[in-house]
Parts: sequence; structure tokens; C-alpha cells
Amino acid sequence: MKGQQRRAWGLGILLVVLAGALLVLGAGIGSTGFENLLAAGDDPVALQIVRDIRLPRTLGAWLAGALLGLAGAVAQGLFRNPLADPYLLGSASGASLGVALALWLFGLSPTSTQWVVRLGLTGAAFLGAVLAVLLTLLLARGVQQTLRLLLAGVIVGVVLGAAKDLLTIASADILQAIQGFMLGSTGLVGWSACAVMGGLGVACLLLGWALAPVLDGLALGEATAASLGLPLGAMRAALVAVLALATGTAVAQTGLIAFVGLAAPHLVRSVVKTTHGRLIVLSTAMGGLLLMAADLLARWMVAPQELPVGVLTAVLGGSYLLWLMHRRSARGGL
Amino acid sequence: MSAAAALEARGVSARLGLAEVLHGIDLSLAAGRWTSIVGPNGAGKSTLLKVLAGLLVHGGEVRLHGRPLNALPGRARAQRLSWLGQGVAGEGSADDLTVYDVAMLGRLPHQRWLAAPSAADRAAVERALRSTQAWDWRERPLGQLSGGERQRVLLARALAVEAELLLMDEPLANLDPPHQADWMRTVRALVAEGRTVVSVLHELNAALAADAMVVMAAGRVTHHGGCGEAATHRALEAVFDHRIAFHFVAGQWLAVPH
Repeated sequence: MKGQQRRAWGLGILLVVLAGALLVLGAGIGSTGFENLLAAGDDPVALQIVRDIRLPRTLGAWLAGALLGLAGAVAQGLFRNPLADPYLLGSASGASLGVALALWLFGLSPTSTQWVVRLGLTGAAFLGAVLAVLLTLLLARGVQQTLRLLLAGVIVGVVLGAAKDLLTIASADILQAIQGFMLGSTGLVGWSACAVMGGLGVACLLLGWALAPVLDGLALGEATAASLGLPLGAMRAALVAVLALATGTAVAQTGLIAFVGLAAPHLVRSVVKTTHGRLIVLSTAMGGLLLMAADLLARWMVAPQELPVGVLTAVLGGSYLLWLMHRRSARGGL
Repeated sequence: MSAAAALEARGVSARLGLAEVLHGIDLSLAAGRWTSIVGPNGAGKSTLLKVLAGLLVHGGEVRLHGRPLNALPGRARAQRLSWLGQGVAGEGSADDLTVYDVAMLGRLPHQRWLAAPSAADRAAVERALRSTQAWDWRERPLGQLSGGERQRVLLARALAVEAELLLMDEPLANLDPPHQADWMRTVRALVAEGRTVVSVLHELNAALAADAMVVMAAGRVTHHGGCGEAATHRALEAVFDHRIAFHFVAGQWLAVPH
């Protein structure tokens, strides 16, 4: 136990230090290349760019990634399925449909920095994500069969995604606004979005961590968990709520960002074998770091233009998923 | 047999899907004894064990020391009754937990939520892991163990509860002969402490080492009696199509198929 505990602490500290370093780098990288942050102190315009644009977007990338990493760790434990992820379970599509519905009904802008709008969009995304997870579970008739669960998730994702597309095409005024947004971008994350993600993220993390022993019990099978006296029904519902809230909060601020939720827990597990309590905390930090790094890459690769970070994570994450499936099937799993 | 019943089933029936697999079972299991449940494949042994553990919706009633089991809160039930299922469900989802973490899960019913394990918890886990000789690899993840090694860890998890009643479904699965003997010794020690052990076993000779035996066929209990009794042997012969014979060798009954 001691050895794995030490590794867990080591990884945690490393993730925090790297995130700090990338935050400084993210604040320094602009459309004209890396600028000295100290020089910004004398120039009010440069200071404003760093304070109001680069810092919130870099921090926002970390927060959105952290929420997705958290959602991925919870989903994989809850569904006892190493390929469960907010994107593959359809919950991210449900969340984006929720956002599109809110935009359509209330005529909001997806990049608004108003508090009420940010919270409202987050609420809509949360409801959409809950709906999608429940639909997936209904179609898959429970969580027992890996293949059925993944197929159901893909179907729900495609159908809800199509509903969202229909909605955006039917109302031209939100079409353009939502299209850029749904590609997954951290470019327009402001301090209000950061505050929403930070506040709800802390709540999700605390709740997920507090419920983690249930995930450990479930890893030994449904009946064993029940034999340990755990009230599975209520705790499962609470965990689905954590999963949906974390996914919805991230999607409402940054759009659809694929695979961060899948990759983060896998990367953590490849370094340290530990209980779900630590896995959830470490996956949160890993998800944050992954998306922050991807955001920097997206800004740097084709500078002074930038790629939507969702496109980048889809390409990188998709390759990772393929490699993972290849490795599992080579070992006789899946 | 001692008079006090630890667990009683009254008119218990149970379904798996649409099929009824247990039909009106009445059974009284003595406290402080080791009872083995045997019968051909599909007799309903595992289902009965789940019902006795309070893990399956069923008809009729199960009583723990005379009180209805389903009236007990989940936590109180889990402290008094430890259940070990067959293998690990969930496609290796526990592979990343260490041996120590798995055994510590057995202490969950005794711990305050999110409280760090107490000295008593750690001592119970160490005792359990040592008794199944799994203590030396306590830091290894479950995924790196062989089938038999895993079984010893899961056994330790069930022992770590330190419940007064242990219900075990095929506890000897994948165990090599020396560790089967270890398991028997552990059970004997538990019974000597006054605990009650109920085990489903397909290995007849291990089952015959118990104090009492419940013989099942087609969802019914056909016999319940001492392992050395001629009536028990006849009941076993009947459910196994008279294709076993009993021999008394070196102070123990052995069943030999023919």
C-alpha cells in the first residue's frame, strides 16, 4: 500500500507543478509568439490581454479538462467499463442539445459572459446530459454488457446530435454562433465561465470523492457491493448526477471536447494502481493538464491562427482510443 | 446439532428472470456450525445462498436469529453476515485495486463513511490476508494475480468483515490442494470461535468435512443432516443418479464417482 500511495502523491504533485508551468506559458503565448510576462506590467494593453483573455482561457481550459477527467473517472467506475467516457456515453451530445435548446428558446449567445446566461446554459447542459445517460442506460438495459453500453451510447450521441443539428439549421440566427462553439473551443472562456466551472467543479469533485468507496465496492461486482451494506440505488443516482453535472458544466462553457474524459483516467491508471477516491482526484488533475496542453498546442501549431481545441483532442484522443483497443484485444480483452 | 438457529428460511421461493429456481424452501441452519450445500448443477444452490444473504428479492421469509433479515438496515446486516460470490463480476474492473485495498473493502460495514481505517480495521485485514497467505503480495494489483491467487484475496475480503455468519459460494474454486486445506483449517477455527459458516461446494469430499449438509435438487432441499449419516449419503446418491459411492478412509468419508 505504501508504494502505491507514494506514487499517487508523486503523480499528484507532478500534475500540479506541470499545470502551474503551463498556466504561465499559456499566459505568455499570444498571436505574435511568446511574450515576456514581466514586460506586460508596464503596458496597460498587454496587461489587459494577459489578465482578461489569456489567463481566463488557459485556466478555463484546465477547468474544463478537469471536469471531463472527473466525469470520465466516475463514468468508468460507475459503469465498470474502461471505455466509458462522457463523449462515448452520449452525455456530451445530450449536454450540447440542452445548450442549443436554451439558445433557441431564449435567444442567448453561447459566448455571453453574463453570470445568469452562463449558469442557465450550464443548467440546460446538465439536464441534457442526465437525459442522455438515462436514455443510454435504458437502451443498454443496464451496465452489464460492454458492447451494448457502448453501442447505446453511440446511438444516443448520434440521435441527440442530429436533433441539435436540426434545431440549429431550423433557426438561422443561432446557427453560426453554435457551430463554432460546438467544435469545442476555449477561445472565448472568460472569468465568469471560469467561476462557474470552478465552483461546480469543486462540488462535483467533493461529491465524487465522497462516493468513491461505492465505486470500489462495485468493482467487485453488484452483489458484493450490496453485501457490504451499501445503499446502491441512491448512491448510483448521485454518481450519475455528478457525471452529468461535470459533463454539462464543461460542455456549456467550451462545447464538445472529445476523449479527454477517456484518456485522463487511463493515463493515471497506467502510472498508479489505486482506489477510486485517489483515481478521481488524479484524473481531475490529469484531465486539466491534458486540455491545457492541447489548448496551447491548438494556439501554437498554426499561429497566428488557431485550431479549435476540440478538433485537436478528437484527432489525438481518437488515435489513443484505437491504440487502447488494439492493446486490449491483443491481450484478449474487450 | 445445537438447538439455536442462526439462519432460517421459511417458504422461500425465488426467480431468475421468468423461471422460478427455488420452490418453497424451509431450512434451519444451526449457529456455530459449518454447513455445506451440495447438489447437481442448476439445483439452485447459489441462488439459495444469495437469498440467505439478503441479496435477492424472494418470496417467503429469511430470519437471522429469529428476526426477519430484510427488517435489518443494510449496514447492520453487512456487519453480521459476510457473503463471498463466485469469482469477480465486471470484466476485471477490480484489476487496478491492490490486494490490500480489496481486503479493506471488507471493513466498509464497520467504518464511518470516509473515515480512515482504524487500528482494528488494519489488524482485521492483516489477519485475513495472512490466513489466506496473501499478505506478502498486499501491494500488488488484483489484475496481476492468477485465478487461485485472486480467489485467496477475495476470500480474505470476506474474512476481513469478521462477521458472525459467513456465506461462501464455491470458496475453493481455483485453489490448489494446500490452500484448500488452509481454507478448511480457517473454517474450523472460525467455527471453534462460535461463528457460523455456510458454503456451497461442488467438491463433494470437501463438503463431507462439514458438520452438516444440505442436499438440493431442482430448486428444492431434498435432505438436511449430518455429513456422516447414512441418510445423507443416500440423499446424495439419489441426486447424483446413484453414480457415487461412499468410503470411510482415514477417519473421513469420501465420495468416489463411478
